[in-house]
Order: sequence, then structure tokens, then C-alpha cells
Amino acid sequence: MYQPTIDPKSEFRSRWTIGDVLLPLAIIAFIFIIVQTASNFTGSYESGYVINLSLGALPVYALQTLVRMLAAYGISLVFSLVYAYVAYRSPIWSKVLIPLLDILQSIPVLSFLPAVVLALVALFPGQRLGIEIASILLIFTGMTWNMTFSFYQSLTSIPQELIEASQVYRLGAWQRFWTLELPSGVVGLVWNSVMSVASGWFFLMETESFTLSSRDFTLPGLGSFLRAAADAGDNLAIFTGLAVLIAIITVIDYLVWRPLIAWAEKFKNETVEAAQVPESRLLDFLRRSPTMRIISDRVFMPIAEAVNHTFSAKKTDSLNIQRKASKWLNWFNWLLVGAVGFIVVSGTWSAIALLSRMPLSAWQQVAVGALFTAIRVFIVLIISLIITVPIGVSIGRNPKLAQFLQPIVQIAASVPATALFPVLLLYLGNIAGGLDIGAVILMNLGSMWYILFNVIAGAQAIPSELFEAARVYKLSTWQRWQTLILPGIFPYLVTGIITAVGGAWNASIAGEYVKFQGRVLTATGLGSTITQASDVGDFPLLLASTIVMSLLVVMTNRLVWRPLYKVAQVKYQLVV
Amino acid sequence: MGLGSENSPIYVAQNTYTGNIMVQNVAKKSFISLEGIGKSYLQPNGQTISIIENINCQLQVGEIIALLGPSGSGKSTLMRMIAGLIPPSSGKVLYYNRQLIGLNPGVAIVFQNFALYPWLTVLENVELGLKAKGEAKDTRIQKALRMIDVIGLDGFENAYPKELSGGMRQRVGFARALAVEPELLCMDEPFSALDVLTAENLRFELLDLWLEKKIPTKSILIVTHGIEEAVTLADRVIVLGRNPGRIRADLSITLPHYRDRKSPEFQALVDQVYKILTNPDLPDLSIQTSTTTTPVVETKSQPKYQSLPHVRIGSVAGLLELLEGRQDKDLYRIAQELLLEVDDILPIVEASKLMELVSINEGDIQPSKIGEKFINSNIDERKEIIRDLLQQNIRLVQQIWQLLQAKRNHRISEELVLDILENYFTTKEAQRQLRTAMDWGRYAELFSYDEPSGEIFIEENSSAIEELV
Repeated sequence: MYQPTIDPKSEFRSRWTIGDVLLPLAIIAFIFIIVQTASNFTGSYESGYVINLSLGALPVYALQTLVRMLAAYGISLVFSLVYAYVAYRSPIWSKVLIPLLDILQSIPVLSFLPAVVLALVALFPGQRLGIEIASILLIFTGMTWNMTFSFYQSLTSIPQELIEASQVYRLGAWQRFWTLELPSGVVGLVWNSVMSVASGWFFLMETESFTLSSRDFTLPGLGSFLRAAADAGDNLAIFTGLAVLIAIITVIDYLVWRPLIAWAEKFKNETVEAAQVPESRLLDFLRRSPTMRIISDRVFMPIAEAVNHTFSAKKTDSLNIQRKASKWLNWFNWLLVGAVGFIVVSGTWSAIALLSRMPLSAWQQVAVGALFTAIRVFIVLIISLIITVPIGVSIGRNPKLAQFLQPIVQIAASVPATALFPVLLLYLGNIAGGLDIGAVILMNLGSMWYILFNVIAGAQAIPSELFEAARVYKLSTWQRWQTLILPGIFPYLVTGIITAVGGAWNASIAGEYVKFQGRVLTATGLGSTITQASDVGDFPLLLASTIVMSLLVVMTNRLVWRPLYKVAQVKYQLVV
Repeated sequence: MGLGSENSPIYVAQNTYTGNIMVQNVAKKSFISLEGIGKSYLQPNGQTISIIENINCQLQVGEIIALLGPSGSGKSTLMRMIAGLIPPSSGKVLYYNRQLIGLNPGVAIVFQNFALYPWLTVLENVELGLKAKGEAKDTRIQKALRMIDVIGLDGFENAYPKELSGGMRQRVGFARALAVEPELLCMDEPFSALDVLTAENLRFELLDLWLEKKIPTKSILIVTHGIEEAVTLADRVIVLGRNPGRIRADLSITLPHYRDRKSPEFQALVDQVYKILTNPDLPDLSIQTSTTTTPVVETKSQPKYQSLPHVRIGSVAGLLELLEGRQDKDLYRIAQELLLEVDDILPIVEASKLMELVSINEGDIQPSKIGEKFINSNIDERKEIIRDLLQQNIRLVQQIWQLLQAKRNHRISEELVLDILENYFTTKEAQRQLRTAMDWGRYAELFSYDEPSGEIFIEENSSAIEELV
């Protein structure tokens, strides 16, 4: 339950604690570690980096992985803010950026691999920095799209009155961004950051060691440690690696996500205080810490004040000047849009040129692969539904269970399924069918969480009165599911399915083609086609299969899920 | 007093001031004037729909002006055009005799739903406008704190809006607006989101501040749908009509302030406004009832289309039940008894009138013959009565009925009806018109409606179809 915190006035009397001494030290140490670790990233690179499987090497690997994730997340955040903001403020740009975003997010992460790696290797020949940046950019491509979408949606749904208030009180663009637009998006950004970083962990192994055109690129890190351990069949190393990974995810959850989620409460546009508020001890500590207050009062506030002053002083009231400027800006915008259009057209042209060289048999391979993977995705969806719906509903309807299980589910979701592969493969590899069936399980691990989360949320949202009514009128279990539970969770279920299906397609790339103890296990499918094509450097094939997969995802979204989502919104929305 | 004082259209009180309140003999100077203001929107089908037409008026220094009108009269839109948030489609707004382009530099707005930034504290919200002006931190905080003090929010400087009650939140809205020292304080139904007592309290506190000149504001413009609110606060009431929005009356109220709501002068004024608002001024309405020729032809020759008030038949029935055997037929007092604002009761009255269930004469309401019959009927008979009345009087229902009959399977899509409506109404209003027609038609069992597919149809076993056969 939410405990009323000490009232704001008495906070000023709070005492200095040992934590206040540790806090500045922690900040300094943190910055040092980042700089130190990042300095390792330079230097020359040879494509046969050998991972040290001794446990003593783990902390260093873990740190490097963390820094990589941090960098990728930072880039994602900045990218999301800029991209969504430009699309929101400029009607011309939104026409280009929003459909583009739809396509970009449907492209599987690993399909970006060759383009990103080759470009960066060319940019930093023989240098490790190039590979590092490539790895970071790969993680970035898995993180950023949903954050961008979320911020754009928050921006477009700012209440009209709040916008009018910002106009009437003449906030400049700078002030408007910081007082209205960014705060409106904070809640969505925080939740999507949690998801994005989870997906970053999910592709950990793929982003730290990859094969391209028969060249192996391996970077020191937790992901490549896990892969090397799996290759060597070193069970101790696998389990320690996994344990370290789960520990990191848990600690980040406690130190970063919970405080952030609790802090984001402040930005909810709600009129009444919610009964149950997410809380975080760390955040309470920081908020009450005298050190933090001094830093904020003496350092941040004056800076913010000065910046604000410069930006508002520059702003003149003469509207005519703005009009002229915006006219020029308009021309400039059209020019840029034109440039983007040119790039898209010429890109399409060279893509067609590349594809026209592909033999018919390759197209056949893509078509057959698409069919197999589609079937697999469908099976994955069915299995996920069968497993997660009953579990999700029972967790959602039982607050005690929810309190206990929800954090565990959250952590389990971000454990990379590919890290579990070796363990699973030890058993699955020998079952009849091999990876053809194993891939389904692996894809399942990569996608069912989305449905589970949404079903839990949906079950929690059904008013208890409806359940009481069901009891009073003595509905049987089947009737209860049919008339209450399934319609009640339907909108949430559809949301979950959309994300899960996208995730399943994406996971097929990692799941249908596995290198394991010197053996290569493959299953027929589009995912394995993509992985193989990038392994051997068959770019036409890679391009073709990526395009087909993206098209399939976009088309099913448009033709199946969106209409279903509309029905869900209209017919099954619970009006409380 | 059955009716107000009929002989004087505008009641002028003698200038016998009881206290040392405002002196009105200062030479009035107009600082904002509207010249032929109109607002229209381009429909998706290429037609333009006029929301507001040809508004001319001047705002003077030193007065509280109330913009009063039913919903759909464009009063909020008009206010936003004065504030420069929306440009007018025709005509111009003059600010000190210069045409206004963009935001009006002398205006602050108090919003209906407060429009406070939930992530900023009370102080930060109040500071907002000053900060945007680039005022130094010290003077800014000083000014904000003074306004917080004036508006009675002391001690809540560090609270977040969600910790405050509705009344306190609107105080923050006032403080934020007053802190920028606007020449014209615009208020968009500022009390309508508050409960009755809180609203009353805040109204009088605002009046106190204004009369005692504690706030640095030259004029106040208040948008409202409450007749009593307008007459209580304003020195001048501008009554707007709807479809399209236009000025129907511009009354100056010279009653001395703190006005006694029980006084005959006050009551007479309220009655006056009520009469204007309930007056059958809509020419399209009277034409409609007198002609029984084919409505389709009419649509072409007539620019206006009968506009349905958005009420449920249940409310109409409730009003009729109330009128049964009632001696006092004064509409204003009925509304008062029911604690209904004009915005609530007028649509009900209008709907009853459209269906000819009641007649209205000089602010008195009377059930018609058919209305009496309705009151004394059981539920099935009532439905039958409504069915007949709808088919006789409501053009939209008539049209839908004809369209349904023309189709062999008695099914049409709602887009067909919306296409017709969008010639006369905005997209949103067309939707609402259709919803209302659907509600009425369903009550009368004339036709049915399937919401997910958006289809209107006649039910196979409905009594309406039996009649048809």
C-alpha cells in the first residue's frame, strides 16, 4: 500500500546520513568506470577474439556489456526524442517519418547487421571502435522504435487546453518542450524504455558476436561469454554467466526502473491521486537526501534558470518575423523531404537491381522459408495463448499472487532465450525433428511474455462487480470465460498479440539457425535464411528475405490486427 | 410574477448605489472590437459549414462581459478568436484599432478544466507566464507569491494540482492568469467543472477582487451557459444564438453589485434572458411545422436544416410528467426547482417543442393536447404517439424512414445519412445528430441500429413495418 510520505515541509528537516557521503562518491566512481571501460573499446581489432571462459573474467565482460547497453540506450533516447518531435511539429515531415517508422520497426534487428557492420568497418578499418559502434548500433535498432512511437503518441494526445495554455502564456519552443511536451511523454517513455532494454538483453548474444561474410566478429562481453561457454559445453560457465546476467537485470530493475517508474507517476495527467502508486525506496532516499537538494539548488537550478532566460529573452513578440522565418523553414523542409525521397527512390532502385540478379531457386527458398516460419509463428501464437491466458488471468485476479509473481515474470522476460538455447538444445537436439520443433520453443520464449503482461493488465482492469455478478447468477466456469473474462481482456489480448507476433518473427532469426558446439543446427524457415545469408554474405538473398519478412509483419498488422484492435476498442472497451 | 415585466425589454435599474461600490461614470473606452467576425470550417465533402456569422461588438474598459448562449452557439470559439488562439474566417479583431494577427498580447485565459500542468507545483504553474516573459527569478517569484496570496492559496505553493480540490485548482488557474497582468481576463466557463457551493464561493471572491480593484485587469470576459451566473456577475450580457452562432441580444445590466437574486429586478432580468433564449426565433423551425410537403425538395431550397437537440426521450417524458397538473408554468422557475442550468433544460424543451408535445408562450410552457394524451398513456401507447410525432415533425427521421423504405432489404448504412447531414453540420455534429435520431427512432421502434457495422435497419417484426404493410 501507498504510505503517505512525510509532508513536503518536514522534508527540509531530514538529517544527513551515511548515504549522503556515499552518494557523491558513487557518482564519481560510476563516471570513472564508464570512461575506463569505454577506453578499452579503442585499439586494433582482429577478427578472431578469443573469449576467456575463466570466471574471473566475468566482471570485466559484464561491465563492458553494461556500457554498451548504456550507450545504445542513450542513443535510442535521443533519437526517439528528436524523431518523434520533428514528426509532431512538422506536418510535412510526419508524412514521411511516421510510415517510415512503421516499416523500420518491422524489420528484424539482425537484418540491420551487414549494413551497419560493413559501413563501420569501412569507416574504422582494422579498429575495434568500428565493431564496438556497430554492436551498439545493432542494440540501438532493437530498442528505439517503440520508444519513438510512444513519444509521438504522447505528443499527439496532449489535451487541447494544455496546448492553448502554453500559447496564451507565450511559452517559447524551448520552454514548451521542457514544460509541456517532454513531461507529457515521460510515462510512456519510461515504460517503453523498460521494454526496450529487455529486448536489448534478449539479443545480447547476437549483438556481441556475429558472423558476416564468413568473418567472425566477437567482442568481449557477457553475451559472447555465454556463447563461447555454450560452444565449449562448459556447464559451469553457462550457469554462472546466466546467474550474473539475471543478477544484473534484477539490480537494474531495483536501481533504475523502479525509481524511474515511481518518479514518472508525477507526470501522469490525472485528476485524482491514485490509491496504489508505484514506489521506490531508492527514489524516496534521493528525494529526501540533503546532498541531492544542495546539488539541485546550487547547480541544476541556476543552470536551468540561465538557459531558460537566454531562450525566453531571445523570443520577440513580433509575429511577422516568425511568419517569414517559418516560410523559409517550410522551403527548407521541403528540400529535406525531397532529399529523403531521392534517397528512398535511389535505394529502391539499387535494391531492385540487386534483387534482379537473384536466381529463381533463391526466390523459391525465400517463399518456402516464409511459409514454414509463418506456420511456426502461428503455432507459437496458439501455444503462447494456451499457456499465458490462464496463467495471466489467475495472476491478474489474485493481488497477492500478482505482487509476488509480477517482478519475477518481468525479469524472466528479459532473460535472452538464446542464452537458454544451449541448455535446451542439449535435450531438444536429440528429439526427432531437431531444431524444426526446437525453434518453436525458442520463438515461444521470445514472444509469449508480451501476451502474458497484457493479459495480467487486462484481468486486473475488469471491475470486481462483474465477477460478483457472474457469481450471483451462477455462471459456470465456461460461461464465465465466454461472457466475462475473454471479452474483458480482449483489447489487452490484441495489443499483446500484435507485439508477440512481431517478436516471434524476430526471434525466428535467432531460433532457426543455431551454431552449437561446432555443429550447425538449422530449421527450414525465413529466419534461418536471413541468418545464413548474412553468414555467407549473400546480400541479394538477405535483402529479399528481409523485405519479405518485413512485408509479412506489416501486412498482418494492417490486415488482421489493426481491424481486430478497432473492434476491441469499439465493442469490448470496458466503460467504468 | 408570472412573466417578467413585459413592457421593458431591458431592465434599467435606478443608479441608487447602496454602498461605495464601483462608479460607472468613467468614460468608457473600447480596446477590443470585433468587426464582422465569422468562423466556418471546410467539410470533408468540400462544403463549408458556418459556425459563427457576422459578429460585431466592442469590449470596453472597466466592464465584465458575459457571453451567454446554448451549447453549439460558438461562444468558446468566439472567445478564442478574441484571444487570438483561432483566426477568424471572415472579419477582423481589432486591438487598439490595429488588426490582430496571432495571439492577443493583452489576454490571459482561465480554462474550463483548469489546464494546469500536473507535473508543476502551484507556484511553478503560476510562474509559467512570467517565466515565458523572461522575468528575473526574484521578481517572478515575488509576483507569483503575491497573486497566490491574493487568490487565497497561501500554504499550497508546493502542492501539485492533483492534491487540490477542484475549487483550489481553479484558484490556481486564476492566479496564473492574473500573474501576467492581462488587460482582458478571459474565462471559459470557469465554474462549470465545480460543484454548486464551491462555484458560488469562487464567483463572489472574484467579484470582490474586481470591485475592490485588487486585480490588475481592465476587463473580464466570461463565457457561460448559466443565465443567473451571467446576470449576477456581468455589466453586460451578450446573448448568442446557435446554428449558426450570432448575437441575439446585447443587454447592459446596471443593477448595483452584489445583486440580490431574490429581488424582482434580478428575477425580471433572468426572465428576460430566458425569453430570448426560448423564443422561437429559428425560422427553419416554424417553416418545418407548417409545411407537410416533401422534405427532400426543401433541403435544396433551404440553407438551414432542422437541428435536433441532443436529449433522450426519457428526459422529454420526465418534463411532461412534471408539467401535469402544475399551476406555475414559468419555465425559469421550473428550471430553478430542478436545479437545471439553461444548457440542461433548453434542449429538453426544444425537443418537446419540435415534437409538438408542448407549446411555449412568453417563457411559459404548456403541454399540448397530444402532450396531455402522452402523459395519460401507458408505455406502448406512448411509443406509438412518439412514432407518429416523429414522422410528422422530425425531418431527419422522415428522411431516414424514406431511405429505409426505398431499399428492398430495409437496410442502409449510416454513411448515407451522414453524407446528407454533412451538408449542414460539422462532421462531429452530424454524428451527434445521427445518434440522437437513432435514439428517438429506437424508442419509437421505428428503426433499429447496429453500432459495430453502422447499419440502420427496420426490424422484421417491428410494429412500424406492420403499419407499413
